[in-house]
Amino acid sequence: MELLRKLEIDARLIGMLSALAIIWFGFHILSQGAFLTPRNLWNLSVQTSAIAVMACGMVLVIVTRNIDLSVGSVLGFVGMAIGVFQARWLPELWGLENPLTMPATLVFAMLCGGLIGLFHGALIAYLAIPSFIVTLGGLLVWRGAAWWVTTGQTVAPMDGRFRAIGGGIEGAIGANASWVIAIIAILAIVISMLMRRRRRAEFGFSLRPLWAEALVIGLAAASVIAVTLIVNAYPLPPGIARRIIEAQGQVWPQGGVFIPHGFAVPVLIAVLVGVVMTFVAKRMRFGRYVFSIGGNPEAAALSGIKTKAVTMQVFGLMGLLTGLAACITTARLNAATNSAGTLDELYVIAAAVIGGTSLAGGVGTIVGAMLGALIMQSLQSGMVLLGVDTPLQNIVVGIVLVMAIWLDGLYRKRIR
Amino acid sequence: MAETRTPLIEMRSISIAFGGIKAVEEASVDLYPGEVVGLLGHNGAGKSTLIKILSGAYRADSGEIHVDGQKAEIASPRDAKAHGIETIYQTLALADNVDAAANIFLGREKLTRWGTLDDAAMESETRKVMARLNPHFRRFNEPVSALSGGQRQSVAIARAIHFNARVLIMDEPTAALGPAETAQVGELVKQLKAEGIGIFLISHDLHDVFELADRIAVMKNGKVVGTARIGDVTRDEVLGMIIGGKCPPGAIPGPGASP
Ligand SMILES: Nc1ncnc2c1ncn2[C@@H]1O[C@H](COP(=O)(O)OP(=O)(O)OP(=O)(O)O)[C@@H](O)[C@H]1O
Ligand SMILES: [Mg+2]
Repeated sequence: MELLRKLEIDARLIGMLSALAIIWFGFHILSQGAFLTPRNLWNLSVQTSAIAVMACGMVLVIVTRNIDLSVGSVLGFVGMAIGVFQARWLPELWGLENPLTMPATLVFAMLCGGLIGLFHGALIAYLAIPSFIVTLGGLLVWRGAAWWVTTGQTVAPMDGRFRAIGGGIEGAIGANASWVIAIIAILAIVISMLMRRRRRAEFGFSLRPLWAEALVIGLAAASVIAVTLIVNAYPLPPGIARRIIEAQGQVWPQGGVFIPHGFAVPVLIAVLVGVVMTFVAKRMRFGRYVFSIGGNPEAAALSGIKTKAVTMQVFGLMGLLTGLAACITTARLNAATNSAGTLDELYVIAAAVIGGTSLAGGVGTIVGAMLGALIMQSLQSGMVLLGVDTPLQNIVVGIVLVMAIWLDGLYRKRIR
Repeated sequence: MAETRTPLIEMRSISIAFGGIKAVEEASVDLYPGEVVGLLGHNGAGKSTLIKILSGAYRADSGEIHVDGQKAEIASPRDAKAHGIETIYQTLALADNVDAAANIFLGREKLTRWGTLDDAAMESETRKVMARLNPHFRRFNEPVSALSGGQRQSVAIARAIHFNARVLIMDEPTAALGPAETAQVGELVKQLKAEGIGIFLISHDLHDVFELADRIAVMKNGKVVGTARIGDVTRDEVLGMIIGGKCPPGAIPGPGASP
């Protein structure tokens, strides 16, 4: 504990990482070594992305003492809207497989989601309807609306470049690009730590000892490198590797060629969202307002904060991230279906809450929620790997959720 | 003498009702620069409600507020702060989950040149202002929920005095403070008064009020019983005003004075 305090590392985070480690090694042993493989971890990370992106927004929603039950349905609706946008509207404008289709779809989806979120937020903040009710209504309305968009027809396939957002072969950036990103990430970590230290030194505040600073940076850099090594250890399937080699005009050698996947685009998107949202929550005025509203709404209002506007914006942000998650999901399925995102709201809320977001408001971290999403997905994937039936999977996930919150409550009481 | 100057604050015939309850009715009070006005009254007399109208937390149903002799529209806490009116609320109004600096600068954060929160600068100023109020205070990086009642009160006071207030409203500011800290707040009041700041002091402690205030205003059931200079009334007479609504000869009777 003394060591942790010196390092200024959150004990909760350590707890979550330990839980994750136990789950991972547990499944690894139970599956006779099939869990902790580059292939499984790569797929696990891709499957976690959409939930992780939405969990970042859900943290802020719950921190302001609200809830959003509609994200799964909004994802379904925006997904269908994306389908129509790509299959009917854009082709008339600039044809199929246009390079602009992917960015245009992203903007369109985030705009759709954001507007829906702002609308929910306006009802909650200005008409004072409880968020539980507004988004419960939204859950029904948007799921129904998702069906109406095409009267239930699935739209497929999606634009080729757009599919990269969902992962898969198109969405693997390769070994070199992965190393570039790893180096940038490490540099960013070092620079941000040094800047913080300099700023504290300027004011003569206590600094953590140099060895601790070095240890934290070392640990962070080591994890980045480890993750990069893992994603680069997962080769493309031989058929695809062969096509790539032959497209370069080379001969396919006897033993084949090892072409690594590298990072998956949706995972990079999720990590970027996590970093940006952490920045928003911790370093921006908006985040400060969100947390103080959660801590004491009356005090926030008396301090001159426009609490209603902030609440509405929080829901807008949630919607925007849901739109982004809709892109990831639609691209991954390579189809827009009106059932996409069913039950996602529960996984997203569970991820946020397992990650330490308090339903009483005022408390929560983005990192925690993303780890929570990873824990939920690990449980699910692990059970799939072991061949556990779906009903039993649900039972286990449900029990784990309740136990996790119970343990968290015990922990919170002890540190009080 | 005071009559020849313009009052800093003049609240005229203020009324507000919650549902059917008339919490404040036709109340008028004024405040001059460098003056401390003690606001007295039994529980539920309407003291907090009256000053919350001045601080922008509530809007009066009727009545006017004048600042420096000019009619002012105070529709929100922002408006009040723009007029230099700062408030220490009876409930303290702190966000429990963030630290002292975040509370003191809530709504008025210091930003770096990139537009991000400048926590280091805010903490540094917090240390300075807290040193003046509560020199033993060390817990700068903990949420205020971890602080004692008195420490929390110090944070609330720090927030009110840090931004060059012209008018300070203190709603039972020493209720949770120990004797040493209470004395310190008394010193602070005298110091601020000397700087020309006008202070509304709400307190149930007649001893404090008689020591610090220049004038008193007594409320009963939402109405002003009367106002008086400290030298013109005795403690027993003031008690009579609070409990019985009887206005003594030394006081100027208000609409709430019993006949
Ligand atoms: N937000 C509110 N809604 C309804 N009634 C209220 C509200 N605020 C105050 N009141 C009522 O208005 C009256 C005056 O309350 P107020 O808080 O101003 O009293 P006070 O003089 O400050 O008392 P105390 O000495 O106990 O702090 C009380 O009857 C109270 O119940
Ligand atoms: Mg009161």
